[in-house]
Amino acid sequence: MSSLLTASTVSGAQGGDAPEDLLPSPRVETARLVGLYVVSVLVALGIIAVLVLIVGDDPWSVFSALYQGSVSTPGAIGRTLDDTVPVILVALGTLIAVRAGMFNIGQTGQLVFGAICAAFIALKVHGPGPLVLVLALLCGVAGGAVWAGLAAWLYAWRRINVVISTLLLTYVATQILDYLVSSQRFLEEPSSSAIGALPQSAIIPPNVDLPHPGAYPDFGVTLGIVIAVAVFAVFAVLLARSRWGMRLRMVGANAVAARRFGVKVAAVAGGALVISGALAGLAGSILLTGEVYRITGGFANTFGNDGLLAALVCRDRPGWLLPVSFVFGMIRTGGNYFLSTGVPDYLAEVLRGLLVLALVFPPVYLERREWARRLKAARVLALRAT
Amino acid sequence: MSVGDASIVISGIIAESAPIMFAASGEYMAERAGTLNISITAMMLAGAYSGIAFATAAGNLIVGLVAGVVAGLLVAALHANFSHRLAANTFVVGLTLDALVLGVTDYFGTVFKPGSAKFTPVSVPLLSKIPALGSSLFDQPWPLYLLFVIIPAVWWLVERTTWGLEVRACGENPGAADATGIRVNVRRRQAVYLCGVLSGLGGAFLSLCIVGTFNFNMTAGVGFVVIAAVIFGGWTLRGAVLGALLFGAASAMGLVLPVLGASVNPQLLLALPYLAALLAMMFLAKSHRAPRALAQPFTRGVS
Repeated sequence: MSSLLTASTVSGAQGGDAPEDLLPSPRVETARLVGLYVVSVLVALGIIAVLVLIVGDDPWSVFSALYQGSVSTPGAIGRTLDDTVPVILVALGTLIAVRAGMFNIGQTGQLVFGAICAAFIALKVHGPGPLVLVLALLCGVAGGAVWAGLAAWLYAWRRINVVISTLLLTYVATQILDYLVSSQRFLEEPSSSAIGALPQSAIIPPNVDLPHPGAYPDFGVTLGIVIAVAVFAVFAVLLARSRWGMRLRMVGANAVAARRFGVKVAAVAGGALVISGALAGLAGSILLTGEVYRITGGFANTFGNDGLLAALVCRDRPGWLLPVSFVFGMIRTGGNYFLSTGVPDYLAEVLRGLLVLALVFPPVYLERREWARRLKAARVLALRAT
Repeated sequence: MSVGDASIVISGIIAESAPIMFAASGEYMAERAGTLNISITAMMLAGAYSGIAFATAAGNLIVGLVAGVVAGLLVAALHANFSHRLAANTFVVGLTLDALVLGVTDYFGTVFKPGSAKFTPVSVPLLSKIPALGSSLFDQPWPLYLLFVIIPAVWWLVERTTWGLEVRACGENPGAADATGIRVNVRRRQAVYLCGVLSGLGGAFLSLCIVGTFNFNMTAGVGFVVIAAVIFGGWTLRGAVLGALLFGAASAMGLVLPVLGASVNPQLLLALPYLAALLAMMFLAKSHRAPRALAQPFTRGVS
């Protein structure tokens, strides 16, 4: 859509006295966008402050808890980075799928299914730690890819809307997970007491955990962030520079035209969907081996939706992906810290929601204004021409 | 199974499926207009909380019901204006609203904890005397009887009025609808507003007529069952209502069957709506065609 906005549809068609003077310069537009971002984020924070004031608490305590819990100490930064990893991976996958015009909203399901596969390997395969770890991560990737591939196959076979199938498959995956972790035959923790075990898997063996590179006194971060950033860098280059990236863009912009140019549309679009599932599966297996260490019914813990939202806030600008994901990580670790300071922890949820709306609003608002202006200009020109 | 058992089972099914039916008839309208409205959970949760909160604060159940409707409408207004005025991605808005309303109701539910209040059953003369069916269908809180009005009204609105025709046109081919002078985004917003009204009512019904208090995240999962019901029904109202009944029955079975001594896999029952919707789309592809422009934003001049 943004490419259409910059195309000179109005001025090019008529030439000469196009009302370019009606349109603001790019610099003014950028300033306006930045200003609007600042204002809407401030409004979001203001609403939070009002919510806290209603209860008679000090709004400042919320923001300071958020800061202290997420970035005030090296240890907090490490935890934030660990929480950022799944968000980066899921968001990257979403961005790739959206670029090909495939709207995958079932990342949670793909993350869960990937984590299930990784958990089976980590718990049931006995061997040298690093080997099992790599195998578990690969199986996580494969599991996520299969779950997204199911949606791609349904689309190819019956033209079932990908949005609908990925959404429905998410709940199927969640129930499969619930079944597996409450069944002794599969993943449930072996129970020693008479009451029976909790619906959760055993803790994965420590030698399968993702290693923490280096040894620092109070800063700890798993290899996950390295993997995530590396994967991001590879795909960022591929998206911007490779033939595949170009094809992805063509299919997303106009599938019919892409087909005329000889692009295998189904393969590219389906492939993008599978890649996004694979990345969600990788996120799930890293979450399992690097942060949670056991799989439970609530394993996904809104990481899938966080990644999806982060990607949609970025709006097809991969450069935004790392910082936006980091903000999501900050809100999560800061939110976990809320309870210890007496701030209700659901405020983190409210804050995240308001912040997403605040980040979504400015570009769409300006875009809409721009469209209205161009339509008006086109109408003026059409009248002049007759 | 005795008559008493049957009537317990039917009451259970009604209790589980009535909120889904309210919301599904709203979601049906929204989807026919082209919005895959995933903030339905938020609308229901907002309705459930404000329903019970206002009912206990005002000491009047009808105030609660109205407050639930208003809360649903409020969420719908946010959703509709973000995604059909500003053309923001509808899933960003929907998922965000789901999380936002969950957080807000958790927050207010702790700070202003609502008490408990519940509609008492009103029995319809004569009809409630029908064996087994009667006491479970016609000896219920009166808001349930609204369904007997709402469902035909929604059908009439969508299938028999100009407004409904325009709404369906917006869901199938917004470009063509726009060319004939229909204001696509206005129709879509209106459909989402109506969806908010009915979902808010469904949420208030859940808290005021079935549960009687507010529990955190009490509509968890219900919203997506509503969406599954509309898909299962192939985007027809009777299909959606049937889906709501069926899925309500499935979740009622999860509670009733163990009591009656039968064992059943609970996860399978919970996954049933989604599996059924997927299978219906796979094998009934001819009759189960989604509105062609479902979940596609409309901006004039962009096809």
